[in-house]
Formats: sequence, C-alpha cells, structure tokens
Amino acid sequence: MSKLAELISRNEGQIHTDWMAHMSKSVRRSDLMDESELDEQTRGLLDALILAMKADDSLELSQSAWTPVKDLMSGISASRARLGFTPEETATFVLSLKQPIFVMLRRELSKVPDEQFNEIWKTTQLIDALAMQTTQAYISTREELILRQQHEVLELSTPVVKLWEGILALPIIGTLDSARTQVVMESLLQTVVATNSKVAIIDITGVPTVDTLVAQHLLKTITAARLMGAECIISGVRPQIAQTIVHLGINLEQVITKARLSDAFALALQRSGRKVVRIVAGAESHALSAAEGRKESS
Amino acid sequence: MTVTKAEVLPIRNSTDVVLARQAVRRWAIEAKFTLVDQTKLITAASELARNTLDHGHGGQMTVETVVGNNGRTGLKLVFEDNGPGIPDLQAALKDGFTTGGGMGLGLGGSKRLVNEFSIESAVGKGTKVTVIRWK
Amino acid sequence: MERIPILRMGPFLLITIQVDMHDRLAMQLQEDVTQRISEWGATGVLIDISSLEIVDSFIGRMLANIAAMSRVLGAETVVVGMQPAVAITLVELGMSLPGVRTALNVESGMELLYESPAAMQAGLANDSDES
Repeated sequence: MSKLAELISRNEGQIHTDWMAHMSKSVRRSDLMDESELDEQTRGLLDALILAMKADDSLELSQSAWTPVKDLMSGISASRARLGFTPEETATFVLSLKQPIFVMLRRELSKVPDEQFNEIWKTTQLIDALAMQTTQAYISTREELILRQQHEVLELSTPVVKLWEGILALPIIGTLDSARTQVVMESLLQTVVATNSKVAIIDITGVPTVDTLVAQHLLKTITAARLMGAECIISGVRPQIAQTIVHLGINLEQVITKARLSDAFALALQRSGRKVVRIVAGAESHALSAAEGRKESS
Repeated sequence: MTVTKAEVLPIRNSTDVVLARQAVRRWAIEAKFTLVDQTKLITAASELARNTLDHGHGGQMTVETVVGNNGRTGLKLVFEDNGPGIPDLQAALKDGFTTGGGMGLGLGGSKRLVNEFSIESAVGKGTKVTVIRWK
Repeated sequence: MERIPILRMGPFLLITIQVDMHDRLAMQLQEDVTQRISEWGATGVLIDISSLEIVDSFIGRMLANIAAMSRVLGAETVVVGMQPAVAITLVELGMSLPGVRTALNVESGMELLYESPAAMQAGLANDSDES
C-alpha cells in the first residue's frame, strides 16, 4: 500500500468529519441535497477512493482498480445533475475533498516537508482527475441527448402518410443528406410493409436543390422500395429543379416524375386499378333516367 | 483504440463462409447493433469472407470489439489470406453504384457497408482487409 | 444431399428459402428450378425470401440468374418478402437486381404472376379481373 493510501485510510473518519464541517454553503447546497444524503455520498466517495488506492499504487485512473471509482463519479454527476446541480457545482464538490486531506497531510507529515509536498502533489493530481471525470460524464450525457434528439427530429421531419389503400406519400422538407436518407428509407420501407402498399409518392416540393448527391439518395430510396415490390413516383418537381437535373446530366429515365402531387396521385390510383368518378346529383339523375326511359319506350 | 475481446475463424470452404456470417451476427447482436447496422456488417463480412475464399484461396477472419478514442464501441473484422494478392487495388475498389451486375471483388460495395475500411495487398504476398462498424 | 424444396402450386413453382445457404446449395437450387420448369411446364416462379436476414451479392446474383433462366424457359419469376434491412443493404452494396420482379408477399406475388405475359399466354387470366 502506498504512503498516501495508508495515511488517508488511517485518518478516514477525521477527513470525513472535516470535509462535512468545512464544506462551504455554496458547495453544500442544502436546498438541493439534505444532510443525510450528502453524508452518504461523501462517505461512499471516500470509501471507494481508499479501496482503489489500496488496490493500485500507481494512482492511474486508466487501471482497472479505478473503474468502480470512475463509475461512482459518473453516478454522482448524473444524480446531482438530476437534482439541479450545475456541472461546475458537482466538480467543485469533488475538489472540496482536497482541503481536509491537505490538512491531514500537513499534520501527519509536519516533520518532513519534502514528503509532505510530494503527497500533497499526488493528492491534488488525483482529485483533479476525479473532478474531471464528473465533468466528462456530464458532457457525454448531453451529447447522447443531442444525438437522440437529432434522430427524433430526423424521423419527425419525414412522416410517411397513407393517401389511400396501398398508396403512400412521403413529403420531404429540407435537404436530403446521407444520414437523412437512411432514416427516410427505413421509415418508408417499414410503412410499406405495415400498410401493404404498392405505390409511394415521394414529394420533393420542399427540397431546395437537387444535385447529383441528392439525386443519388433519391435513387437509392426508390431502388430499395422497388426491391420490396413498391413503385415510387417523384412529384413536386419544380421547373428550376428540372433544369438543374438536365444540366447536371442526371439520368432519371427509370424514374416516373410528375410536377404536381395531384398528377402523381392520379397515376398512383390508376396503377392500383382505380379511378375517381364524379357522382351525379340525385334530382339530375332522376330526370335523366326518366328522359332515357321516355326515349326508350317511344 | 483498445481491443477488448476477439475470435478467430478459419475460412477454408463455403461452409466456413456461412459460419463466419453466423459468428459476426452473434457478435453484432451482443454489441447491441441496430438491425440495419447488423445486416450491413454481416453482409460485408459475407462478401469479404467469400473474397478470401475465392480470390485468396482461403484464410481466416478475426472478429473483435473495439473502443474508439471518443468512447464509442464498434466491431472490427480482419480478413487475411496468403493468396496471390491484388495487382491493381484502385481498380478493385471501384464499381459503378447502380450497376448491380457483375460484382468482381465486391470490395467497393463492402466499403460502403462499413464505417472504416483499409486494405493491404501485394502480388504474391496475400491480402489483408480490415473493416470497422461503429455502433 | 440437402436441397431447397420446390413446391408446385398449379402452374407455378413456390420456393421458400429459410436457411442460410452455402454456395453449393444455391447452385443446386438454380439447377433444380430450371429442371422443374421444364418438367412441369411451369409459367411462374415465386421465391419467398421473407426468412432471409442476409442477402449478399452471391445470393443476389443467384436470384437474378434464376429470373433470367426462367424467362428463357418461358416462366416469369417474382421474388417476395424482402426484409427492409436487407433491401437497404442491397442498395448500399450497389445491387438493384434489375431483371427481377418483386412483391411484398406471396399473395401480391401471385397476383403479379397471374397477370404476367407468360401466364396470359397459357390462358391463365385471373377470373376476378378488376374493372
């Protein structure tokens, strides 16, 4: 066991008492965490720290002996964040452990200033690293949240709508990059399966520009749908888009494209063996058939 | 990058290619990959294992979990053989995106199914393909 | 040796692929299909791949080959039940299976077969023709 581990272990009780007693009001935040909880947390931290120090002299957090302590740091970061502590407050809390330990070291090693300096230096390095762990954990959690929300936004921004039995519509608003294309494809194909659809209308009225990359993404989506037996019609092709497509030499010959969604829908209906018929009003048809009846009988 | 566990499988015949696929599936499921990511990785493994068999005259596949520098986990597959090697790597990696016809070495396609792809090959010395798919 | 079973459904052949195929099995299937088409005078082939979680370029080529060979023998082929993840992967791989007709499930696939030129020629028009 290292000198530091032995010293801290021997003085654990005193260190803990000092820590709790001298913690500043701003670190304590008794409005967010009550005394008994704080007591538990500080004891737990000290215990874990001592255990790890006894198992590994190097004080290198990358060693496996420090995993429980690192996990504890992540836990503290998460629970405190939930309670309303800022990441700064949580880090400051961990850093506040330095004072009681320094006080102990000054007392224990008063006769040997060089040794005292070395142990203080090791302590400060260790506790700084632990405080960093809480900050890192906080940042990772936020990044995960952002990623999740980004994904949700992607999914929400490309809804798949059932227009009619077996006919889907997929209005795309905004640019179509490769990440979005993956989401679009998954969403479309899953809906094709769920609704047993044979036609999907991809409306690109809301897509600002169609360059070679966007065209490739569209073609990928169309091909994937085709592999599952669903045919795609592209609608909402604006005049500028048509010009760009031709200028760039993009080959859309295999793809059915329509300028208007209504035309695409009419085609989709036709492809699924349906058509829209106008129902003639009651009085009119009665007069008509009456007239027809008269014609026939004469 | 740190490696955490690994499995080595021989690729000597077409049954081994099937076993390789099944092994990669087990690893991908354990690593909790999404269904689409699983499918892409297993399909890439199938392509590359087949290459090792058909062009490399047999070799082996190594599967291992890896942890990236930013903490994300992934699966790394390495395909090695002592076959004739690939004379023109540039040509082998190219393939038309929408052709779907003769695939040649299937390297270009496999590349698109993974996040990282590297290949070492020399005539007479064999080939080594390394791919990584992050979660 | 083990083979993928080919069932006869009237004028059509139904093949359900449920195993992770190794190469020899795939080659054998190609042979068997052409054999059966000739033997039974089938005008349609339905290949159900709804159980396949992986379709790589080899299997993709097999499906394309079966479609091409069947066409030469006067039969139409429809591949049904491709899983979404498989479709997305095939597309990324660069395979679009141009000569292969597809449908969502066996029922839709059968409809396609009944409407196909080959079936028409054999006088197999579906009675419930839509108006």
